[in-house]
Amino acid sequence: MSARVAGLATLTIDQIRTGLRARQFSAVEVAQSALEFAQAENPKTNAYLHFSPERALAAAERADRKVAAGEDPGTLAGVPVAVKDVIVTRGLRTTCGSRLLERYIPPYDATAVVRLEQAGAMIIGKANCDEFAMGSSTENSAFGPVKNPVALDRVPGGSSGGSAAAVAQGTAVVALGSDTGGSIRQPASFCGVVGVTPTYGRVSRYGLVAFASSLDHIGPFSRTVRDSALVLHSIAGRDECDSTSAFAPVPDYLAELDGRVAGLKIGVPREYFEGLTSESGDLIHKGIDVLKKLGCQVRDISLPATKYAVACYYIIATAEASSNLARYDGVRYTTRAASDTLSDMYRSTRGEGFGAECKRRIMLGTYVLSHGYYDAYYLKAQRVRALIAQDFKNAFAEVDAIVAPVSPFPAFKLGEKLDDPLEMYLSDIYTITGDLAGIPCMSVPCGKTAAGLPVGMQILTRHFDETGMFRLADAFEKAGGFTG
Amino acid sequence: MKITETEVRYVADLANLKLTDQEIARLSKDLDEILTHIDTLSELDTSNVQPMAQVLYEADETATLREDRERPPLSNDAALANAPLAGGGYYKVPKVIER
Repeated sequence: MSARVAGLATLTIDQIRTGLRARQFSAVEVAQSALEFAQAENPKTNAYLHFSPERALAAAERADRKVAAGEDPGTLAGVPVAVKDVIVTRGLRTTCGSRLLERYIPPYDATAVVRLEQAGAMIIGKANCDEFAMGSSTENSAFGPVKNPVALDRVPGGSSGGSAAAVAQGTAVVALGSDTGGSIRQPASFCGVVGVTPTYGRVSRYGLVAFASSLDHIGPFSRTVRDSALVLHSIAGRDECDSTSAFAPVPDYLAELDGRVAGLKIGVPREYFEGLTSESGDLIHKGIDVLKKLGCQVRDISLPATKYAVACYYIIATAEASSNLARYDGVRYTTRAASDTLSDMYRSTRGEGFGAECKRRIMLGTYVLSHGYYDAYYLKAQRVRALIAQDFKNAFAEVDAIVAPVSPFPAFKLGEKLDDPLEMYLSDIYTITGDLAGIPCMSVPCGKTAAGLPVGMQILTRHFDETGMFRLADAFEKAGGFTG
Repeated sequence: MKITETEVRYVADLANLKLTDQEIARLSKDLDEILTHIDTLSELDTSNVQPMAQVLYEADETATLREDRERPPLSNDAALANAPLAGGGYYKVPKVIER
């Protein structure tokens, strides 16, 4: 590692900007140091599926030229980024953690990637993930599981486990992930970093390989709240390539990180504290005490439909997935099983190509949409989803933010829950509600267990109120001293 | 039993998935457990609840329609670059129609 980029593993975006401006180091030096460090660390964690040195160095050279010419190189200039491998990158292999896309080279960039690079960011590699983002542990990657950098015998969470691990081990300063049922917040919690699921539609999904379209989000990982706010600001906003992207103006999140949280009304939903391990619960309660000391008014609230969220989610998400994954049939996307007939080609390609979890979800989704079951399952789930969204609406009439756990437990051991899919699904209970309602939510570090495992606290706010969410998280981070 | 092996085979057929007997057995068990959990939804009376088909929609009906203007599309070569088998500017697949 270049001596001039010492402390890479704890750098922030602001420190990189200051260092570039003071000619303390160049963007090329940061890129080289990050690539070297990431490649050296990767055998331990398997956080990256592949690296993109040429692309990172080209971005670094652009930034350095701008700095030399006295131009603004962009808010993310010289910032090493890991991008989850379900987000397409032009000319750079994008596998979705699947054998089916082992050789897929996308012909275009996702909008979030375009915007990151326009802001000066340097993409150093693609982060490992559960196959097609389906999983809660990153053990479903066809290219091997990711190990939690905090405890190598444990999972990093999932499905964006590689993105969380990259930021936690310090090989990337920030990362992009995707969240459909908790796939950003839960790994952020398990790895002790910040992870943000913005409002549905806040960030364009153009170029995010679709899992469940009414639930999919792109969002950032970082080591500080401020860095996530900076990244979200760069990638958010309407995109005509994604008709579901929102027109809502994107505020200057940084200007709002002013620590003014005294008097904020915070709701603590009692349903989110049933079935939580006592250690995780204690840490969240200590976190809530920090908010009280900051002058927040904390009150008990109820979100009564919570217990139905897992059932609702696993109908909607799998139904949409079964449809979205129909395209991997051996015709267009690189992999085809040898066969004599068209029908056998479809069936064999999919049967051989998809891993066990994808098959399980495609089967469940196909079943709930099949003839005679639509009303009983999909339509019923959409009605329950409306109740869950209404719960939040009612709550936000009374409070400004909701604070809750992210996961019932900290990072578990590799292999521990792999044989019990229902148990794995049930562990998503605290995160899927935010996705179902489409509200912004994030995980912010909230301390560690006696065994040293990080626990994240979840903050949820009203639609498009990322500002309020960041303000609270930033004040909490500074008061709690849980970062690092 | 919420789902039988016969039904699992039928659904696999709908989903165009070739599965081994072992996979069918495992999926029957897994799907049965998951569907049993999903049954808890029947406790809820939702007869007066409108299904939530849109997550968020606060713009005019035509707001998402962009201006109609020419844009160069993906070239034929680029579009076919990932094809397992291509020829003559098309995707090639096993013969569907007998001569």
